[in-house]
Amino acid sequence: MGKKVNMKDKKTALNSLHKKYGAKLVSFAGYEMPIQYSKGIIEEHENTRKNAGIFDVSHMGQLSIKGDESLAKDLEKIFPTDLSTAKLNQSKYSFLMNEEAGIHDDLIITKVEDGFNIVLNAACKHSDFKLLSKFLANKYEMILSEELSLVAIQGPNAVKILEKIITGVSNLKFMNGGIFKYLKEKIYITRSGYTGEDGFEISIANNNVETLVEELISEGANLIGLGARDTLRLEAGLCLYGHDMDINKSPIEANLKWAISKNRILEGGFIGFEKIKSQIEKGVSKVRVDIKPEGRIIAREKTSIFSKEDKNIGEITSGTFGPSVQAPVAMGYVENSFSGVDTKVFLEVRGKKYPASISNLPFYKKSYVKGANK
Amino acid sequence: MSDVKFSKEHEWLKLDGEIATIGITKHATEMLGDIVFVELPEKGSSVVKDGNAGVVESTKAASDVYTPVSGEVVENNQSIVDDPARINSDPEDEAWFFKLKIKDKSELDTLMNKEEYEKFSKESTS
Repeated sequence: MGKKVNMKDKKTALNSLHKKYGAKLVSFAGYEMPIQYSKGIIEEHENTRKNAGIFDVSHMGQLSIKGDESLAKDLEKIFPTDLSTAKLNQSKYSFLMNEEAGIHDDLIITKVEDGFNIVLNAACKHSDFKLLSKFLANKYEMILSEELSLVAIQGPNAVKILEKIITGVSNLKFMNGGIFKYLKEKIYITRSGYTGEDGFEISIANNNVETLVEELISEGANLIGLGARDTLRLEAGLCLYGHDMDINKSPIEANLKWAISKNRILEGGFIGFEKIKSQIEKGVSKVRVDIKPEGRIIAREKTSIFSKEDKNIGEITSGTFGPSVQAPVAMGYVENSFSGVDTKVFLEVRGKKYPASISNLPFYKKSYVKGANK
Repeated sequence: MSDVKFSKEHEWLKLDGEIATIGITKHATEMLGDIVFVELPEKGSSVVKDGNAGVVESTKAASDVYTPVSGEVVENNQSIVDDPARINSDPEDEAWFFKLKIKDKSELDTLMNKEEYEKFSKESTS
C-alpha cells in the first residue's frame, strides 16, 4: 500500500504533526499520508486493540447535502438504504452503485438537521460528487468540504480519553452522531470506525485539528498509520474499497446484503435494484468469504484459490498477518459452491499450494459499544 | 566484525573457514518494517549466487531473500521461522538465516566491506 510521496500529493492539516511524530509518509489516493510512525505497524496495531489509536483520515471525502424530506426521498432513489425513516444523527453504511449493482463506492451516510452528511473514500470522492450531482439534478446544495479534517480515535480507552476532552461523547450510541463544542466551535462526532473496536470519528475544522490531536496524545492515545489501519480492519473482517469490492462486484457478491434495508428490497426504486433483486432470488456465482490459512503462510491480494480437486475457484482480495490473532488472515471471492464454512481450499503462494479454510466469522471479535456508556 | 561482507541486496555474510553464515542487514529490516513470516532454503539444497534463497514478509509486503554466494545449505535457523520478530530485534547476529558450504571463494570478491555497504545503503535510501 502506498508509493513514495509525490510532489503533487495534497497534504492534510496534520501533515507537520505526522512528521513531528516520526511518520513514514507515502502517497495514498493523491494525499501524502502516514503509513506508520516510528514504533511500527505491529505496536500501533496492538496499541489500538489494548489502548487507543488516533487515525488521520482527512483524505476521505466529507460531503454535506442540504435539504428537507424530499432530499431523503430522492436519496432513496440512489442508495439501497432507508433514509426517510432515519432518525436524526443516525448513521448507516451504504453503497453508491451503477444499474448493474456494481459498487462505485461504499460510504457512511448520517442524517443531520439540515440534510445528510456522507463520508466517502478518498480515491472516489470527486467522481462520487459528480455522480450524485447528476442523480440529484443539482436540486440541492452539495458541499465536498476542503475545510474539514476527519480524525478517528479507536480502541477500548477511546471513550475515556475523548470524554475528558469533549464532555458528553460517552452518551453516543454506536452508529450515531451529535454536535459537540471544541475550542468554542461546533464539531460533529459519530461513534463509529474501521478497526472492530469501540471508537469515534471526529469532523473538525482544519485549524483546530492539530490542537485536538495533541490533546488526545497527551491523554494517552497513540498515532496510528495506514499500515495498522489495514491489519486492524482485515482482522475485523471489514472490506476495503478497490480491493474487496469494486465496480465489478455487487453488495450481494461482496456478502454485504445486511447493509441493504429490507424495505428497500421489497419496494425497489433505487439504482441497481433489478440486479440486486435477481441476485437475491437466483444467487450469485462468486461470493466474498473470509479465509483462514493454516500455519503462517500469508496469502496476499491476487493469490489464486483452488479446490481440493485442484480447480481454480477464486482469488484473494486482501491478506496479511493479523498481529492480534497471531495468524495470517485473508478474504477473497470463491465460486458459490465452495463458500460454505469450513470448506477446505488451497492458496497458491510462490508456486506452492497451501491449505486454508473458509471461515464464517471475522478473525477478531468486534467490540462495538451498542448502547451508550452510562 | 571486519570479516563481514555485504551485498547490494542487503544481505550480510560472515565467513568461518568454508562455512558462510548469511542474514539480512539492519538497514534491510528498517526498510521492511515488522517481519511476520520467513521462509528459508532447505538443508541440503544448493543455492546460486544472486539467486533466490528464501522470503521475508512484513505486514505490508513479501520480499525475496537472495544469496550473496553459491553453495550448499548446511543449516537453517529454525528459531527465526518460529519467531520472525527476532529478525527485527537482532538481524546481524542471532537472527542469521542460513549457513552455506561455499562453492567458489572468488565470489566473495564481488561483495562490499562494512564502510562500502554503509555508503551504499545511505545512497540507496535517499
